[in-house]
Amino acid sequence: MNKPQQPAMPARSAFDRRQVVKDILTRLPDALVVSGLGSPSYDVYAAGDRPGNFYLWGAMGGSTSVALGLALAQPDKIVLAITGDGEQLMGIGSLATVAVQQPANLALIVLDNGHFGETGMQRSHASLGANLTDMARACGIRNSMSLTASEGLDALFSSIEARSGTTFAQLHIEAHEHVRALPPRDGVFIQNRFRSHLGLDPF
Amino acid sequence: MTTDSDAHPWQENIFQLFKKAEIRQLAYVPDAGHAHVIRRAQADPDMRDIVLTTEEEGVAVASGAWLGGQRAALLMQSSGVGNCINMFSLLDSCRFPFFTLITMRGEFAEFNPWQNPMGQATPTVLEAMGLTVMRAQSPEEAIELVDAGLASTFDAGQRVAVLLSQRLIGRKKWVANHE
Repeated sequence: MNKPQQPAMPARSAFDRRQVVKDILTRLPDALVVSGLGSPSYDVYAAGDRPGNFYLWGAMGGSTSVALGLALAQPDKIVLAITGDGEQLMGIGSLATVAVQQPANLALIVLDNGHFGETGMQRSHASLGANLTDMARACGIRNSMSLTASEGLDALFSSIEARSGTTFAQLHIEAHEHVRALPPRDGVFIQNRFRSHLGLDPF
Repeated sequence: MTTDSDAHPWQENIFQLFKKAEIRQLAYVPDAGHAHVIRRAQADPDMRDIVLTTEEEGVAVASGAWLGGQRAALLMQSSGVGNCINMFSLLDSCRFPFFTLITMRGEFAEFNPWQNPMGQATPTVLEAMGLTVMRAQSPEEAIELVDAGLASTFDAGQRVAVLLSQRLIGRKKWVANHE
């Protein structure tokens, strides 16, 4: 069978995923966070459980869209979607949907190790030729950036603080699995805790 | 091009019911049967119209809106229900209130056989994923069921789908009318 040759993994200075998520949340302590299923939810929880965290355990491909609805509803709060390359790829069209709306308080942060980590580290499109930052920019998210550890997070924070449209940041991380840190799985509890944190009443 | 002159009067009633229910985010994959409500939302400074690339984004957008204290609704046609199936887990897992208005295809004088499989499976699929399904066959029913569905959703936290039957919306014109 004639199969295309897989490109080699690019050599980059990669962030440690746990540390980079902790650094982001330390810098933005009041941000509302939607985390994608699998390792991104574990990373966000490991940085310290907060009522302003909404951890997804499923709904793959939905983190960007949940964060969009939230960002439009809470324009005075910074909203972060923190997810992985696999989850972002499944919801790739949502980048175009976000780009139309351009909420300036929204930042999409993709922890990209080029692999599906939860399922056995199979390589994803992100290390097989697809460029997520180019895709986000082509969808119309002008403030799109690809960052490595040597560049650090300054450009990400500057873009969020500038509030000139949605920010997209692809953070290259090591393809290394940490010990799982499991956030609560009870979606009703997480929902009610999150809304209560914003001062919203139950229906 | 569809213009307001093509709109049924009950479609304006539906928009007014969305206003009364304080819907602030209207997510949609368009359909001719939703065109009037979409146009009204686009012109309304208090309602954000959100065009989607695929319907399941709207399930997630509505959930995010509720997390942030706003009410949302999703407009789609029956073919889009199939695209939403796994994303509906979000609603059940977190018990998010959710309202969707669905224009039906594949059930009445359907010209395109490719619409039949999903159109005919739509109520079964919605019910299998935990949504309450109500079907409107007449303008009076459309108004009554949208009103009731919005009340069930936002007063009682339910997940509701109102189906607008293909007979109610009218046959799609496949050949240009030169009259």
